[in-house]
Amino acid sequence: MRAYIIRGLLQGLIVLWVVLLIVFLMLHMTGDPADLLMPEEATLEEVAEFRKEMRFDQPIYVQYFEFLFGYGKNLGVLRGDFGDSYYHNVPAMGLVTERIPATAILAVVSLLVGLVIAIPAGILSAVFRKTWIDHFSSVLSMAGQSIPNFWLGLLLIILFSEILGWLPTSGYREAKSIVLPALAAGLYATARIMRMMRSSLLEVMSQDFVNTARSKGLTEALVIGRHALKNASIPVVTIIGLELGGLLSGTVVIEVIFAWPGVGWLVVESINVNDYPVVQAAVALLSFMFVGVNLAVDILYAWLDPRISYS
Amino acid sequence: MAIDKTINAGVSPNIPQNLDEHGPSEWQLALRELMKRPPALFGVFTIAMMLLWALLPGLFSPHDPLAQDLERYLKPPGFVDAEGLTYWLGTDQLGRDIVSRIIWGSRVSLAVGFAAVFVSGFIGITMGLIAGYYGGKIDAVISRIVDAVLAIPFVLLAIAIIAILGASLQNIVLAVALRTWTVYTRVVRGEVFALKESDMVTGARAAGSGTLRIMLVYLLPNVFSSCIVVATIYLGRVIIIESSFSFLGMGVPPPTPTWGGMLADGRGFLDTSWWLTLFPGIALTLTVLGVNLLGDWLRDVLDPRMKRLDD
Repeated sequence: MRAYIIRGLLQGLIVLWVVLLIVFLMLHMTGDPADLLMPEEATLEEVAEFRKEMRFDQPIYVQYFEFLFGYGKNLGVLRGDFGDSYYHNVPAMGLVTERIPATAILAVVSLLVGLVIAIPAGILSAVFRKTWIDHFSSVLSMAGQSIPNFWLGLLLIILFSEILGWLPTSGYREAKSIVLPALAAGLYATARIMRMMRSSLLEVMSQDFVNTARSKGLTEALVIGRHALKNASIPVVTIIGLELGGLLSGTVVIEVIFAWPGVGWLVVESINVNDYPVVQAAVALLSFMFVGVNLAVDILYAWLDPRISYS
Repeated sequence: MAIDKTINAGVSPNIPQNLDEHGPSEWQLALRELMKRPPALFGVFTIAMMLLWALLPGLFSPHDPLAQDLERYLKPPGFVDAEGLTYWLGTDQLGRDIVSRIIWGSRVSLAVGFAAVFVSGFIGITMGLIAGYYGGKIDAVISRIVDAVLAIPFVLLAIAIIAILGASLQNIVLAVALRTWTVYTRVVRGEVFALKESDMVTGARAAGSGTLRIMLVYLLPNVFSSCIVVATIYLGRVIIIESSFSFLGMGVPPPTPTWGGMLADGRGFLDTSWWLTLFPGIALTLTVLGVNLLGDWLRDVLDPRMKRLDD
């Protein structure tokens, strides 16, 4: 088990290194970062001065080294320093970490809403396979995978805010402001978890040990509750982890629509003002969280299912 | 091959086989299967309609999608103007006809969708063939790159890349393909791993076939059906992603009509003019739904092993 975790950590580190490389190269895609970052009306001298100040005139490997390990007052990204935001003149990383709680809350609440709907619906449609319950939930799941979440968000605003006036269109302070964004953001995850719960339970229910339990004379509820569900939960846990990772970084448009002060909204705002240190910090930090969630899921998975070899 | 087996297995011996000398062709069999699945038929119909719109928009569009007229701005569905022209789904804030803009908007969605699927398929299948065939260190490097790409918050990185390179059809396709190739690589790599030890490949190698020939003649055709399934699953997602970029103002720039751009226009009028938001979203959802229904069916017919492929 320990070797398994260490291997996972090592792989995670390699992944993060590649992520940082991509984040570094991002600014160099057009060839000249100084030209990209300076406003269009800047004079050639200003651009040249900026290039020198930001050390974009150095060879690329020097820039990469300084990006990682720092130069002058900058501590380097390995110590969490992505430089100062050009727009706000404060450390970019601080701006991002400030916004993490909002994004995390939205992701977790969306996932919880999804679970509350998806798990019972998935179990019911597996148990009552090929009845109207199953057909109905498969229609719901297909719809959930086909409706763009941001369009659903707009429709929810029209219905619940504009027409009925029940819920606010934006805001962060009140508990009820999270209802609409969480519903919109959780739609896709709900559909996927529901589908996975159903297919996983169906697969388990066709296995021998379930028939044994049935032939012992256990009621169907006991067979499913005690024997089938536990085994069926393994792939469901994996997909829940994946969806949580996806939600952490996938709610950009929802955040923009509902003015939810998360990382996604910050990134869109920063891109609009060419504030790339913030974008770089956000991409790196969210990747870091995603790798962490994945590793946790892998470990949980191995713990749930002892058949997985640790080698 | 997987295709033949699955389709033939579905044909019961009672069906008269003497349609012509050779029995029904694969196409006829596929068509027959399709008729048994109304949702898939609906999918085919929807996609065919969207393709017709995209290829011949002038034929279907009742008005000029770009013609502005402040005499008729924000008019509700069914509005008839002074000249007696009808605007079935109403007009937007500049007096442009919503029906015509939806029909013309299908072009960007489908162009980005198909181009991204094609480009990422080409890169992904190539990488998957290489990783699976050579294994060892090459496989380890490719697999770590895949892991890293999957760990990056894709939407954030993509909008950053589009912002840096500039919003255009090519750059959107590039930004999307940067991520989606990994899915093909994973699937192809896994299948090639199994195939390369098969008698077919060992025999071909013994007969003196070179690596390239083995890849193209023996491996590629055998992984192709899985790739078609992946392509259909991702086509729907890419269309949603494109529309969310357009919604954020990072898509194909105006005045070209895009569904996401139309939704962004509607966002300012959620309280008064719901038709700006409702109808482009329906077009978008129907397209994605059609693709998904078709994908579900293809997955069952072409590749039953992939029933559990959800990412």
